[in-house]
Amino acid sequence: MSTMEQVKTSKAPAPEVKPVKETRELSGSQAVLEACIAEKVDTVFGYPGGAIMPIYDALYDYNDQLKHILVRHEQGGIHAAQGYARSSGKVGVVFATSGPGATNLVTGLADAMIDSTPLVAITGQVFAHLLGTDAFQETDVINITTPVTKWNYQVTDATEIPSVLAKAFYIAKSGRPGPVLIDITKNAQIQKFPYSGYTKCNHIRSYRPKPIVRKEYIEEAAKLINEAQKPFVVFGQGVILGKAEKEFRAFVEKSGIPAAWTILGLSALPTDHPLNVGMLGMHGNYGPNLLTNECDVLIAVGMRFDDRVTGRLDKYARQAKLIHLDIDPSEIDKNVKTTVGVWGDCKETLPMLTKLVNARVYPQWVDRFRECDKEEIREVIQEELNPTTEIMTMGEVIRNMNEITGGNAIIVTDVGQHQMVACRYAKFNESKSNITSGGLGTMGFALPAAIGAKFGAPDRTVIAIIGDGGVQMTIQELGTIMQTGVDVKIMILNNEFLGMVRQWQQLFNDKRYSFVDIASPDFVMVAKGYGIEGQKVSKREDLRPALETMLKSKGSYLLEVMVGKENNVFPMVPQGCSVSEVRLK
Amino acid sequence: MPLRRIDIHMNKQEYTITVYTENHIGLLVRIATMFSRRKINIESLNTSPSEAEGIHRFTIVINEIEEVVQKLARQIEKQVEVLKAYYNNNDEIVWQELALYKVPTDEIAEKVKVERLLREHGARAVVIRKDYTIFETSGHREETDKLVEVLAPYGLIEFVRSARVAIIKNSKGFHEKLKEFDEAEPGEEVIENEFLDRREEVFTM
Ligand SMILES: Cc1ncc(C[n+]2csc(CCOP(=O)(O)OP(=O)(O)O)c2C)c(N)n1
Repeated sequence: MSTMEQVKTSKAPAPEVKPVKETRELSGSQAVLEACIAEKVDTVFGYPGGAIMPIYDALYDYNDQLKHILVRHEQGGIHAAQGYARSSGKVGVVFATSGPGATNLVTGLADAMIDSTPLVAITGQVFAHLLGTDAFQETDVINITTPVTKWNYQVTDATEIPSVLAKAFYIAKSGRPGPVLIDITKNAQIQKFPYSGYTKCNHIRSYRPKPIVRKEYIEEAAKLINEAQKPFVVFGQGVILGKAEKEFRAFVEKSGIPAAWTILGLSALPTDHPLNVGMLGMHGNYGPNLLTNECDVLIAVGMRFDDRVTGRLDKYARQAKLIHLDIDPSEIDKNVKTTVGVWGDCKETLPMLTKLVNARVYPQWVDRFRECDKEEIREVIQEELNPTTEIMTMGEVIRNMNEITGGNAIIVTDVGQHQMVACRYAKFNESKSNITSGGLGTMGFALPAAIGAKFGAPDRTVIAIIGDGGVQMTIQELGTIMQTGVDVKIMILNNEFLGMVRQWQQLFNDKRYSFVDIASPDFVMVAKGYGIEGQKVSKREDLRPALETMLKSKGSYLLEVMVGKENNVFPMVPQGCSVSEVRLK
Repeated sequence: MPLRRIDIHMNKQEYTITVYTENHIGLLVRIATMFSRRKINIESLNTSPSEAEGIHRFTIVINEIEEVVQKLARQIEKQVEVLKAYYNNNDEIVWQELALYKVPTDEIAEKVKVERLLREHGARAVVIRKDYTIFETSGHREETDKLVEVLAPYGLIEFVRSARVAIIKNSKGFHEKLKEFDEAEPGEEVIENEFLDRREEVFTM
């Protein structure tokens, strides 16, 4: 104490006290794994190869701190990382080697980019001195992945690794999340350097993930809402990504405004919430589509007006004043012109808005939605959920599933008719429970994503719902299930067609069924080959018991259900039509 | 307060997009793909240092309607290494392009008229050799093009023109902005919702 004061008061120059940062020698590869651990990643997905061998060699010693899941294809690896990110709310991590390993990631990167999924992909690359020489398994991964990554960077020197990975994780998860790819040359993975610990990144000067919210826009938005007679909320994944489910629910409940979801917004608000009026878009519910063109104020929260949601843009909600809450300023005014754009994190903007809106109810207006529901039930839903013919429908499978799970499972869907039906009818009580490839519509997504989702939420039941076409795109991931013992329930809704394309060919191409008749293997036998139990159901009376067996089974289970070959998904807003031209048949 | 932008230009015209960025390998491709994926032709592209140390400045010229340019600028600014993207029409900037012309020396030496023409167009000799002479002019495209026409009959051997470089008339430069960016907790200057309440003005966000 006294010496300290002496130093302070004496005129003599104070001795320089340098905080001695402890350093130890680490390889670039070890630094990569240290970064994952520091970022609280407990599971990574990947596939080894020549250019990433040093990282795999390091993994050997990190096995107790970092679980690595060996997938069967890098696309499976990245979809699994996506599933992990979406069920856990954490950053998904995938490792792949250079060349074909890296190019196999591209579909998943594009999917994560358009669906705003936080990912860090780490690819090995040839030695730095070989770059540009067409070396064995060299591809220009950075340039290939530029349009499908939020950020990417090539590391050629190990000393960069801690700071670059810190940036990667920060960029992946902040603002509007997205995939980041870090390409690391083999020499940098091997190189030893003095490592002085990992410091998380929370500032990049050229990057502003979160704006200061401007009150005047909140005020203006609240004013519009308070003056509205027929306000309507449409919400997307922004609510989930912003971890603002509570704030959103509070807003909806106080304002009394009916709310409909995009396919990625599904599960942000419980499906049986009285103000949840259903699904938007091409195969969404009748009311939300029809009444989009009748509301007077449309409040969009964390969604991006995809064309599958808006239908014909010049006939979309033209009568309404439009409020758009989004964290990505480039989304505001991108597809639809807003009256008030509220740029900000909805975790902040929603409570500000809730405070200013009047507590109200709109019994007549909400009734309009319920009236539409009645019509939709009569024309579509009743027969879909409780068919009067012998032929099984996808809808009745989902209904039975709901009755057993009570809406507590995580549902991972692939792409096609089954996806639309599952999203339309599945019940959800909890957020982050609906995992699907929305923006890219990637067939083959569901099986690997379900594996990842289970690792991300090990305490929850995970059910993958997949078409007979899509499952054949990534069926090799049954091997991952076999080897890891991960518990995923796989439900194949087999209509013996590439159903969604067939539906379009029926409706718009005069039933010219061009290459949609797809043959399948005996899925139950395939599963058996992988040591996974399963059964196939073709009759109604077997459906319920089979579902119960699947959900009660200890480990993974594959259930194949034979459904109507030529059933269609309705309602439908045909491409190029306005949302109010939604067809019930 | 007017919340809807009123006077957005609906006709295609030349816009100059000025982008302040970090100096990062790969950023050129990232920015270029913003245009190519929308099938927008880049008329001219220049990268150079800027007034602020360590900050690069892209100057990109395209021919488009304002709405498209505005959306593009937002997409560009969204990129992690981009600090700011502005767009301006030709009234809002001062710009120049540099042009070089290679002409046979004997033609100019002999024909007095050529010399006069060059002087009229403000051309300056950069290299004079026995066999050829290289002239330089700077100005707007029409001006440099004009001289090509004029020199063609006298055996113009080579011609090249640079990308546009432009200064935004009512910009205060980037020094002050950069200080704000450096702060971990930036002030309103950087992070405010400027673009939402000054939509009629120069785009910035
Ligand atoms: C990778 C990929 N290829 C093609 C498509 C186009 N596509 C969309 S839905 C669909 C049919 C899907 O058939 P299936 O998996 O059997 O599901 P269903 O529609 O019958 O439920 C196809 C081919 C796609 N979305 N993704």
